[in-house]
Amino acid sequence: MPPTASRLLLIGLVVLALAAPWLAPAYRTQISFLWVMIIFALTWDILGGQMGYNSFGNVVFFGVGMYGCAVIQRDTGLDYYPALCLGMTAGAALAVTLAAVLGSGLLGLRGHYFAIATLGLGFAAGEFASGWDFIGAGSGMVTPLYPGEVGDRESFFYFLLLALTVVTFFVLRRLYSGRFGLAINAIRDDEDKAEAMGIRTTLYKTTAWCVSAFFLGVTGAAVGNLIGFIDPRDVAFAGPTFGVWMVLMAILGGKGTLWGPVLGATVFHITQELFWTYLLGWQRVALGLVILAIVLFFPLGILGWARERWPERFGHAVEERPATGEGAS
Amino acid sequence: MKPILEVERVRKTFGGVVANNDITLEVPEGKIVGLIGPNGSGKTTLFNSIVGYHVIDGGSVRFDGREISELRVPRIARRGLLRTFQQTRIYGKMTCLENMLISVPQRDQTWLSILRKPPAADESKAEDLLEFVGLYAKRRLLAGELSFGQQKLLEFGMALMNEPRMLLLDEPTAGINPTLINGLMHRLRRVNEELAITLFVIEHNMSVIMSLAEYIYCLAHGELLAQGRPDEIQADQRVIDAYLGAH
Repeated sequence: MPPTASRLLLIGLVVLALAAPWLAPAYRTQISFLWVMIIFALTWDILGGQMGYNSFGNVVFFGVGMYGCAVIQRDTGLDYYPALCLGMTAGAALAVTLAAVLGSGLLGLRGHYFAIATLGLGFAAGEFASGWDFIGAGSGMVTPLYPGEVGDRESFFYFLLLALTVVTFFVLRRLYSGRFGLAINAIRDDEDKAEAMGIRTTLYKTTAWCVSAFFLGVTGAAVGNLIGFIDPRDVAFAGPTFGVWMVLMAILGGKGTLWGPVLGATVFHITQELFWTYLLGWQRVALGLVILAIVLFFPLGILGWARERWPERFGHAVEERPATGEGAS
Repeated sequence: MKPILEVERVRKTFGGVVANNDITLEVPEGKIVGLIGPNGSGKTTLFNSIVGYHVIDGGSVRFDGREISELRVPRIARRGLLRTFQQTRIYGKMTCLENMLISVPQRDQTWLSILRKPPAADESKAEDLLEFVGLYAKRRLLAGELSFGQQKLLEFGMALMNEPRMLLLDEPTAGINPTLINGLMHRLRRVNEELAITLFVIEHNMSVIMSLAEYIYCLAHGELLAQGRPDEIQADQRVIDAYLGAH
């Protein structure tokens, strides 16, 4: 796609997203969750797609951010907005710290071992939160009431989550186009080679996980307040739903690409909402079949499939040097 | 001339197998030195011992006068001692140009610099080196789609992008079309002369190594069997026996 066309597409999408609450007020909360899904897929893809480390534990950072924010809101006694602001910062900081600590231990594992270790992480966090009285244990936490008219809360969090999605997208786009993106791609393709070339692999890997944790932490903080109630297993550390969906959405759209997770999350979220509306009772079965179809027919995802089919459109073509042909063979 | 690499009494065993036993050798700065020996004689193990791929069981390795046998692979690479792989390792899902761009020297990279974009100078250098190894036209193709020989050339280009002081090349001509071997040898010599990169080369192709290297070490059964100038090695009865006896 030429740069101007892709810029127009981006602007168009953002305008559409800004107008959506007025165009389809009934779907405001559903679309808010679409932003959350896009962030899930984008942040999962940093490690899973771009770096080749399949993490099943990213939902932990989401939950940690959610709880961290709620505790600040409960205990500082500040007004709503300052408390939310401080809470989101604290939630993100907590998630990043956790990623740095966990990363220094877990990112030494490779391939399946890393995936299995992170799978345990999600379960452990849910169990731990259900047993800790300070954060409400199994009965969860209630976030403060939003100070405004009925319906204002939905609008506020709609735009907050939209802004977060846009920031996440552009920060990742910037990171992927620089050395950071090249380095984590190199780690994905051949980590031993990357080390042999002198790349500080541990630094890059930990940084990547911290970036992922940051955006998940902030998002968790916002989502806790959007839902209003934090359940340890079904909302904060929801491994079987959010934790698995992150992976599916990124793979569906095409992992290792910037637009793939966005596309995958959108298709997945819409499909899922339709299943809940029209196939109630069978929605899980339908979802299972979709997952099966993705893996069987689109193992590379939508964008991955397109790239394999039309490599030239993605810039992978032979290109001679215009003036001199010297040296080329 | 002062040796840039000094290997002294290096020993490496895997279980009961002695892969390197008391190997002592040195590579003078700015030269091309060869390492030959029958299959399984411990050449690649010695390379791995030198670049820190595994911990050695005894002896010492000094690069530029400093002990490196305790350091791990990336640290040694950042000091300017780089190796290429016998099986050829490139980043398959990245374009050739990207493979080159990420191969820049990592010595001065800090946490902040990893967030930056590659400077334009990197790109033009990458393109020049791709032209040097003959892959300029394919720079936007995924490296994994190149033929084996082209991947070898790319790996060579990546090594040069890293601006090493010394390169350990593990069978650079294996799998390369015989008509391209002369071109590759020409490039190796130019790299040695113009960029002043010291080369230490494992090679099975005798005519290549005999004309390329100024000095040759020969390993057999994990031990240093012989050393000398190419003509001395060619005439050495022990070397001839080792090669004939091994097959």
